[in-house]
Amino acid sequence: MSREQRLSEIIADHQGREGPLLPILHDVQEEFGCVDEEAERAIALALNLSRADVHGVVSFYHDFHTKADSRPVVQICRAESCKARGVEALIEGAVKTAGERVKLADVYCLGLCSSGPNARVGDKLHARLDGAALNKLIENA
Amino acid sequence: MTIIRISDDALARACGADEVAAAFAKAGATVERTSSWGMQWLEPLVEVDGKGFGPATVDDVAAILDGSSDKAIGVIAEHPFIASQQRLTFARAGKSRPLSLEDYEQHDGWVGLKRARQIGSEQIIAEMLHSGLRGRGGAGFPAAIKWKTVAGAVADQKYIVCNADEGDSGTFADRMMMEGDPFALIEGMAIAGEAVGATKGYIYIRSEYPDAIDKLRKAVNLCAHIIAPFECEIRAGAGAYVCGEETSLLNSLEGKRGEVRAKPPLPALQGLFGKPTVVNNVLTLCAVHHILAEGGAEHYQSLGIDRSKGTMPIQLAGNIKHGGLYETAFGITLNELVYDIGGGTASGRPVKAVQVGGPLGAYIHPDQFEVPFDYEAYAKLDALIGHAGITVFDDTADMGTMARFAMEFCAVESCGKCTPCRIGSTRGVELIDRIRAGGRVLEGVELAPQMHNMPKKGRSQEDEIKLLEDLCETMKFGSLCALGGFTPYPVMSALKHWPDDFRGK
Ligand code: SF4
Ligand code: FES
Repeated sequence: MSREQRLSEIIADHQGREGPLLPILHDVQEEFGCVDEEAERAIALALNLSRADVHGVVSFYHDFHTKADSRPVVQICRAESCKARGVEALIEGAVKTAGERVKLADVYCLGLCSSGPNARVGDKLHARLDGAALNKLIENA
Repeated sequence: MTIIRISDDALARACGADEVAAAFAKAGATVERTSSWGMQWLEPLVEVDGKGFGPATVDDVAAILDGSSDKAIGVIAEHPFIASQQRLTFARAGKSRPLSLEDYEQHDGWVGLKRARQIGSEQIIAEMLHSGLRGRGGAGFPAAIKWKTVAGAVADQKYIVCNADEGDSGTFADRMMMEGDPFALIEGMAIAGEAVGATKGYIYIRSEYPDAIDKLRKAVNLCAHIIAPFECEIRAGAGAYVCGEETSLLNSLEGKRGEVRAKPPLPALQGLFGKPTVVNNVLTLCAVHHILAEGGAEHYQSLGIDRSKGTMPIQLAGNIKHGGLYETAFGITLNELVYDIGGGTASGRPVKAVQVGGPLGAYIHPDQFEVPFDYEAYAKLDALIGHAGITVFDDTADMGTMARFAMEFCAVESCGKCTPCRIGSTRGVELIDRIRAGGRVLEGVELAPQMHNMPKKGRSQEDEIKLLEDLCETMKFGSLCALGGFTPYPVMSALKHWPDDFRGK
């Protein structure tokens, strides 16, 4: 299936719903790793919006990106509770371990606040990390 | 045949519960995955015939099975952490399997909904009022008033929206509720639907909670026939903190930028897609089914103190030894929570500060730990109960850095609608930097004399501090929503109690 076909399929999946834009963007981001200009255009056309409308939404939310990045992503929680448990001291080592190969992203709370520092890789969560555990996580990402 | 019970809560899983469960299965045991008891420092907690073992690893499996494990904590229900609680909202925590309709029914499931359908809208709202339940989202607004407004509105379509996007650091009760007892939330929404005449509900969950999204999707499918004609749909957020604000959440659900809407119109009258809408948060809706059961309202309002009725699921987080979920009636103090129940810091160092109510909550100094947990008492302290997250910091924390972080967070997450928040937060970061640098001295710059309010040679540290206080006042009173309006709480409380952390002394 061509990219274009897949895109219209995703749009068609949600078009009948109330407020379909966010679910569409989630699926597009998931499928193609980003919501680029071409996708924005197609979505705008299908939902009878301007591309500026769609772009405004894409750029508002942290979950959507306009460029695909094929690197694995490790999200590290840097919110208050994880700070209280020493996450900041692990960042320098994490950045070193990640190098160019792994993308590190900040996240503000994964809901595991009693047991930080915490991280997320894909949909898998990891709690009670220390430097060694976090570095291993990044190496295996 | 002994049954091994292990939680499938996200925290337990993040600590290795799946691997431990698999090891038990491999050893020939029957494993049941349950909700979590909330004793998070013991996760993964393994339950065998009511007795607990934790935190368990794969290496503990054999010893637990032959009864020789040194991780035994005794009978779980009698553990002081559990036995000293008053659990209402979390009554089923640890006891039931999250997606088992059978378990839910056995633990009083759907009783509230059945009764709600018998007594009808007016009576439901009367009982909600009587219970004294206040919205658990932070402002503590009586839940029944909103319902009444929506019930009284005339429209072809009304909505129930569950705000499951409140993801404050230090809070996880919503997440645990959604993962551990999803039917209770859905039942609360169906009752709300019955009360106001809405047939459609949305649960908007933050994307940082993948397990909760997955659980609730499954739960909604499993109970669709029970709640019909009420329909419930799960929507995932997209990583914007401000969408925990009810009006930006509505915009987001509609597929727009999650910008805050000015009120009026109230969402109760013109909410989702312009229709009358109840927006409640997870814990509020989860308290509903208990209140609607026979005598529930009376019981509920008999708990707590003054105008803070019922129980509050308190979340012990941050640098704390015994972190987890602790539900109790209002009126408990931080001294009890942090030291008696929480066991002090995890690091073993002295407690320096506790942030109550998430990233927008004030930092409380140990001198204030005797104040009872109650909306009004906290307001007097210039603090918030918010989502009742308790984040403990030890004496290594630098409160100047934390204040700066609060401003930075506000700057990153601001929806941009109003100036005090959008611009003030960035200025706030700069100001704190300048305070910490000892003030600003302009070198070789002679300022124009007509700028009468500009100091000639820059500003001293004290001047900058005054400016920060001013800025915080402006943000507090000039912002449209809690993000800009409450960021001054952590900043000002840090400055007030730990000025040395700003002045570099
Ligand atoms: S206070 Fe901030 S987040 Fe709230 S409406 Fe104003 S700009 Fe938006
Ligand atoms: S603060 Fe890191 S998981 Fe909540």
